[in-house]
Amino acid sequence: MFNIQLEKRPSDSRAMAYLSPLIAIALTLIAGGILFYTLGEDPLTALYTFFIAPLSDVYGWTELGIKVAPLLLCAMGLTLCFKAKIWNIGAEGQFIMGALGGGYVSLQFLDAESSFVLIPILLAGTASGLLWAAIAAYLKTQFKANEILTTIMLNYIALNALLYGVHGPLKDPDGFNFPQSALFSDAALLPVFSDDYRLNISILFGLFALVAIWTLMSRTWIGYQIQVLGEDPAAARYAGFKQNKLTWFALLVCGALAGLAGVSEVSGPIGQLIPHVSPGYGYAAIIVVFLGRMQPIGILLASMLLGLTYMGGEMVQIEMSLPKSLTGLFQGMLLFFLLATDLLISYRIIRVKKHTDKASTTNAVSQGV
Amino acid sequence: MTQKNPRLSLNGIWKRYPGCIANQDIDLNVFPNEIHALLGENGAGKSTLMKIIYGVVKPDEGDFLWENQPLTVSGPAHARQLGIGMVFQHFSLFETLTVAENIALSLPTDQSKDLEALSKRIQTVSAKYGMDLDPQRFVHTLSVGEQQRVEIVRCLLQDIKLLILDEPTSVLTPQEVKGLFNTLNQLAREGCSILFISHKLDEVTEICTAATILRNGQVTGSCNPQDVSSEDLARMMVGNDTPLNQDYKKAEGKETVLSISSLTFKSDDPFASPINNLNLEAKAGEIIGIAGVAGNGQDELMSLLSGEETSSGNTVTLLGYDISQLNPAKRRELGFAFVPEERLGRGAVPDMSLLENGLLSASHCDLTQNGWINFEKVKAFGQNIIDKYNVKCSGLDAQAKSLSGGNLQKFILGREIEQNPKLLVCSHPTWGVDIGAAILIRHALINLRDQGAAIIVVSEDIDELYQISDRICAICQGDLSPIKNTQDVSIETLGQWMAGQFDTHTSSSDQDIAGVAHV
Repeated sequence: MFNIQLEKRPSDSRAMAYLSPLIAIALTLIAGGILFYTLGEDPLTALYTFFIAPLSDVYGWTELGIKVAPLLLCAMGLTLCFKAKIWNIGAEGQFIMGALGGGYVSLQFLDAESSFVLIPILLAGTASGLLWAAIAAYLKTQFKANEILTTIMLNYIALNALLYGVHGPLKDPDGFNFPQSALFSDAALLPVFSDDYRLNISILFGLFALVAIWTLMSRTWIGYQIQVLGEDPAAARYAGFKQNKLTWFALLVCGALAGLAGVSEVSGPIGQLIPHVSPGYGYAAIIVVFLGRMQPIGILLASMLLGLTYMGGEMVQIEMSLPKSLTGLFQGMLLFFLLATDLLISYRIIRVKKHTDKASTTNAVSQGV
Repeated sequence: MTQKNPRLSLNGIWKRYPGCIANQDIDLNVFPNEIHALLGENGAGKSTLMKIIYGVVKPDEGDFLWENQPLTVSGPAHARQLGIGMVFQHFSLFETLTVAENIALSLPTDQSKDLEALSKRIQTVSAKYGMDLDPQRFVHTLSVGEQQRVEIVRCLLQDIKLLILDEPTSVLTPQEVKGLFNTLNQLAREGCSILFISHKLDEVTEICTAATILRNGQVTGSCNPQDVSSEDLARMMVGNDTPLNQDYKKAEGKETVLSISSLTFKSDDPFASPINNLNLEAKAGEIIGIAGVAGNGQDELMSLLSGEETSSGNTVTLLGYDISQLNPAKRRELGFAFVPEERLGRGAVPDMSLLENGLLSASHCDLTQNGWINFEKVKAFGQNIIDKYNVKCSGLDAQAKSLSGGNLQKFILGREIEQNPKLLVCSHPTWGVDIGAAILIRHALINLRDQGAAIIVVSEDIDELYQISDRICAICQGDLSPIKNTQDVSIETLGQWMAGQFDTHTSSSDQDIAGVAHV
């Protein structure tokens, strides 16, 4: 008797724009619960182990900070790109290149005793990420190459460059042929807040990026131009904004921030170059940006949630012997449900009687003729 | 005429949309033999009412009587069965099909099967009503006026009793308008009823024998346009005492502000019109009007002036500077301002607030310092525009897309004028804008002229061009007609110019360069 139909809203629903991430999180929890149930676990216990147990002590919160830092750095760079509707999927590759470039410099200072070596190391990492993004920027502005494709391809090239490094020239000569570099000098590691925890100053980099990019977007002329370019390229042309310059700027800033995240990761919790410097931070940051509605507080909260999925994955592996890849599954579900519920920002669900439904279809058809 | 029964009678029609009432207790009677005008400002509810009659939209309340029979129109197909035909403002034709094929698509299969017989019918009908049409031609080769004929003939092939025309003259040259009016008069004499929607009051007084005026979704009056003047009609539409038609004094330009010489342009876009060896001088304190049917190079000329497209050196100079290769921002710093045809999605960013949209083209007016936006000044700048140009909105935070066309246009025009330009270029400044806003906009343009700016206005509204232009010309297929003082150009001449009947040599200052004559 009744049919369910989507109807375009007269104007986008602001309430729905903020509700949608919350609904997506709720749906993810429900679907996750069902998943745990079918795996033969008690859903509530499993969800508790995944989402709450990791944060039951101070150590857990400091570990979360370690995950949040790279997510924030990547997410803020991506925000800048996405605001300009430049679909940079390459934060992952820029992150890896930052780790590789910074790690390479760090390996030149294995005997260093002064923390000043951190300056060239961090600069090298940042510059590596920036240069990696510059390739995509050049291809986009010069040849109009689609940045989605180029950045994804560059991600794989970056990963293989790293693998070549740790299997080849950067391999630790005393490392029993394991594919990893020598351990960096203690002086070349980022300072930690307390010797009891691994949390280092990279979280400050992340928070600084949050404030800086937000200020850039909301207070500066170039930030304004980037938003206009994304919202309405015809208006940007009309006003005479230099589209190529803005594209370069957004991509380079994103590359630099992702590169800084990468070098901070190897100069922090990892302390050497290994094949897997990133558990997919560059990709997870994309989810962070959209889940956080491109708003500063939203991005901070979303990066904490995504950081938590990494810890939850490890926790269920340890406590319940479930695979760690649940992390990716939860991240995927989150994005999937978010995309679905975001439809309701511009559309609403209405129930219509069946026969009128038919009539309106014929209307639509005959209007077309 | 009135003693007859109405062919169509609407009583107490209501239609509500979320957030607004489009039609409120509308009564409308249309008789046979009648050309009935439906007048109203933008957003008065005309389109909704049309769609209700044609069955596209269903009314919430009210009675629909068709030849004294109450009924519900279930859809456009049903409406066509009843003998109601409609010609929309935007045609629904397939460009890659022929005229006959296009018409066949809208007919029942028994009539459309035999294309040859159909072609003959098309020829007979089009000849009968004085609308030459070759059924074998592809639609993309037709002019806009001819495409409109296809739409009309399509309606006439059925047993038509009521023909609805939505602003039919907006795309036509004056000559084509005359032809259309002859056809409509002939149809009316044969008993057909015609509902004629138009902004142009003189057209309504010319051919309509009845008129219903809408304002804010309600009927505010009905009359016989033959008995009242255009001014009276306008008064009923606007409903207040703003001066309607001012005669502005013509002015004589002083020193040259803009000089275009031998401007030639060919876009990569195959659908764009070229610009052929175009010459033009705009002087301080004058308004130059450029008439023309849409798609004859106006858009390209505008882009070349604004800097969204660039041309070879020394073709466009502003106050002695060669600006041919400068981008729009650089041109603005030299005193250029531009009101584009597209308000949303070029002149203003739809989702951004008026505050932010004020900044779009005015950053060089001290609104930014060392890369930082000075929000105090941006606010003052935006608020000043809203106050001075009477922009009706919920405030500076209102999104551009939430404004009506007229109010947004006032805002954009205000933003450009408040930059104190030496040269203002306006594309269709009052297109689709209600009368109140149109008057304000024209007044603002005249004021700016009197302050010594040069102004170029491109418009399809000939009356408007005559009203405000000091010198007038027309553009056709990228060629510019001679430019003459407005008083010296008759409407017939202008019509001929719009149709391309002029010698390109006369518009060229350096005759030796000009190539083969156009005509």
